[in-house]
Amino acid sequence: MTSLTPFEVIIQQAINAISIGSIYALMAIGLTMVFGILRLINFAHGDLIMVGSYATLFMTMAGVPFWIAVGGGIAASCLTGLLMERVAYRPIRGAQDVSMLLTSFAVTIFLENIAILMFSPSSRPFPAPGLLNSAMNFGALRVNSVDIIAIVVAGILLVLLTFFITRTDMGTSMRAVSQDLLASRLMGINTNRVFVTAFGIGSILAGIVGILWSTRVGKIDPLMGFYPVLKAFVACVIGGLGSLPGAVLGGYILGILEILLQGILPAPLTPFRDAFVFGILIVLLLFRPNGLLGSTEMEKF
Amino acid sequence: MENPKKKHLSPLATGLVLVAAFFGLLALINFGASSYIQRIVIGLCISIILVVSLNLTSGFTGVFSLGHIGFMAIGAYTAAILTLPLSQKLAYLPDLPGWLENTQLAFLPATLIGGLLAMLVAFLFGVSVMRLTGPYVGVATLGFLVIVNVILVNWDSMTRGARTFSGVPPFTDIWWVGGWTAVTIYVIWRFARSSYGRQMMAIRDNQIAAQSLGISVLRMRLLAFCVSAFFTAVAGSLWAHFIQSFSPKAFLFVETFAIITMLIAGGMGSISGSVIGAVGITILAEILRNAERGVNLGFVHIPPVYGASQIIMAVIFIVLIIFRPEGIMGKRELDFSRLFSFKRKKRKEAASQ
Amino acid sequence: MLKVDNIEVYYGHIHALKGVSLDVQEGELVSLLGANGAGKSTTLMTISGIIRPRKGTVTYLDIDLTKKIPEEIVKQGIVQCPEGRRIFGSLTVIENLRMGAVRRKDRAELKNDLEWVFSLFPVLEARISQSGATLSGGEQQMLAIGRSLMAKPRLLMLDEPSLGLAPLVVQEIFKVIQQLHQRGVTILLVEQNARQAMAIADRCYLLETGQVVLSGTAADLKSNIAVEQFYLGGTAQ
Repeated sequence: MTSLTPFEVIIQQAINAISIGSIYALMAIGLTMVFGILRLINFAHGDLIMVGSYATLFMTMAGVPFWIAVGGGIAASCLTGLLMERVAYRPIRGAQDVSMLLTSFAVTIFLENIAILMFSPSSRPFPAPGLLNSAMNFGALRVNSVDIIAIVVAGILLVLLTFFITRTDMGTSMRAVSQDLLASRLMGINTNRVFVTAFGIGSILAGIVGILWSTRVGKIDPLMGFYPVLKAFVACVIGGLGSLPGAVLGGYILGILEILLQGILPAPLTPFRDAFVFGILIVLLLFRPNGLLGSTEMEKF
Repeated sequence: MENPKKKHLSPLATGLVLVAAFFGLLALINFGASSYIQRIVIGLCISIILVVSLNLTSGFTGVFSLGHIGFMAIGAYTAAILTLPLSQKLAYLPDLPGWLENTQLAFLPATLIGGLLAMLVAFLFGVSVMRLTGPYVGVATLGFLVIVNVILVNWDSMTRGARTFSGVPPFTDIWWVGGWTAVTIYVIWRFARSSYGRQMMAIRDNQIAAQSLGISVLRMRLLAFCVSAFFTAVAGSLWAHFIQSFSPKAFLFVETFAIITMLIAGGMGSISGSVIGAVGITILAEILRNAERGVNLGFVHIPPVYGASQIIMAVIFIVLIIFRPEGIMGKRELDFSRLFSFKRKKRKEAASQ
Repeated sequence: MLKVDNIEVYYGHIHALKGVSLDVQEGELVSLLGANGAGKSTTLMTISGIIRPRKGTVTYLDIDLTKKIPEEIVKQGIVQCPEGRRIFGSLTVIENLRMGAVRRKDRAELKNDLEWVFSLFPVLEARISQSGATLSGGEQQMLAIGRSLMAKPRLLMLDEPSLGLAPLVVQEIFKVIQQLHQRGVTILLVEQNARQAMAIADRCYLLETGQVVLSGTAADLKSNIAVEQFYLGGTAQ
């Protein structure tokens, strides 16, 4: 294997970072959208990734062509998300933040254990076809197609979402509800529909992330959603909870940070990478308690 | 008009009666109950310590510490390393620094050191983080847990890394556990009743009003956080010397959820509620765990469904939050002095107040 | 048109409204007066469906609104412009106005209404693409009223439009409210500024700790000695 020039190393790692950042950003958008509107941190968002991946897996096992199975997986995620909203979160709307957070923990445990029961706790390989998962060579660079696809898909989705949020009535309603729920209700905005839309969009994004993540990792298991949602949460916090541009920014910053730390930490310290990431997060919160794009007003203690 | 006057027991007498009843119960269990029941009771007491400690920081000062179990890990590992017999230390943890290699402490000092270390960590961490609010402080504590976990998994020389840490001497018995439970409840109860406690409740009820009265939110939160960390670490040490072998995996989120369920069930902000919640959920979990092995009711046979207990607990939790989010006790406490009161009716002269 | 019958509202254990009754006829400008904490905003919130009364009814054109959700009540044509303006700060002026009209399906009418709002409040057209947060207090109040007007209200409820505004701005706002009244919009106006309110209202209700203690035409109330003492003498404006 020819060794890479420093420039090529940077390009390689940059692609890596942006690819993983794209995935984090897509996850974070779903999470922050729901938070902004409902004040709910939906930890079960991670399990939507799992649901979508398993649905795709079983469909391909049943003979459905992969790309249609992908659609099916995304639909499964979407449906699960909407169900979650209807059954677990709608009845407690307006409850304290803490109650809602804990309920999302309960939903996570529920879904994960059902999955363990139904699918067994061991991991299964994810049948990504060649197009999605092939090594591509550009000179000495080796890039996996899934990375390119992740970046492109994220780019397209971000453009679509931006258009949706700024140009459509529903998107503007979502921004309004996220800013002031009471005033929105007084305007007659159908807040139920707004909540459902937020969940729906977030869940669809989670389904897409599921496909990308499963391809990158190569296998799926019932607890696979745990780390992604944690990372997504961190990304949201970096950018400022409730802020959509913040989620995107946070996602990419997190991706870049991870790859950067992986590269520059001396060998004995690399296993501590996640600790460093969280350490940096905590330091960030000290200076910007509400995230990078959140307000800079601090509670005066 | 008749003025019925009830004679209540003084708080001191009530306390003594409770303590006596508690230890009497423990004696009964120790000498009368099966070892199965004894183990459950020990586990229950450890849970009570964990829930009451968490309540101090979450229920009373509103710092939702999602990573609190990190302190339990600190307590467990610290105490275990200290109590490990010297001979075992040499074989098991060959790379310990010299001064630790030659130290072997008894249960109590080891536990106390674990608690104090956790308290120090809580202070250093809390000084920066306690002014964050809502979900942000939750993330920060989660970060704390991840950092602790990563350190435990990678600091091989101290902790054996991700491998099981076993051979911990079985010091925990029902008396140690009972004693610490009583101490924890007593200290946190007194705390809640003291001026610190009143300040904390003022903060919880109306932060802005509290600040305008000059109450320092930061200091209160930090204090509660540190005290809470101490007892959580103590529980960790008790647990380590009970279960005798563990690994960093034991201190992650599933365990957190169990404790939180007990906290919510009992009511955040109520110490007696925490106890009730812990008892209730422990019993329920045990019943469900036994039912997992399959139930045979004569003509109805429910096959074993492993993992079902977790699912049912999650459902119970959701139902609880929907229908009674304040838990069994809400913010109220059980008034034991009423329980032991003697009702005496006295006719009083109509002396106006 | 609107009939509020003996509503009792509780906040937990606190008895906020103790049997409040009032009515508003079509085309009237009725004012709800009272000191802070008397229950004026609570009354509006109950009519809007945000709060549900424990007893009593809210009827509108013979339709019982008591149990309906806020979205439906707005659909019936009752629109509240809430206390403190509560415009969407991160949305632009035009987006705010559009949010007021989000329930409506009549595109052509919408355009006309938008032009009408701009004719009432030209400053809004000048700042059409600015975000709400950059507007001054008076401009925000105009935006709030404009937003409510975009919802095509049959009954417009205004909660303390003069709150926190400079006297000159208050004059402007009240001039517009009068214009609306003259145009035939039915208005229920909640105000602490009794003088201004009574100057333009047809009828008034005086609320004190959750109960209606006085009602009648503006002239009646003005000549009432109690009102003179407690509300006109002591009013800051």
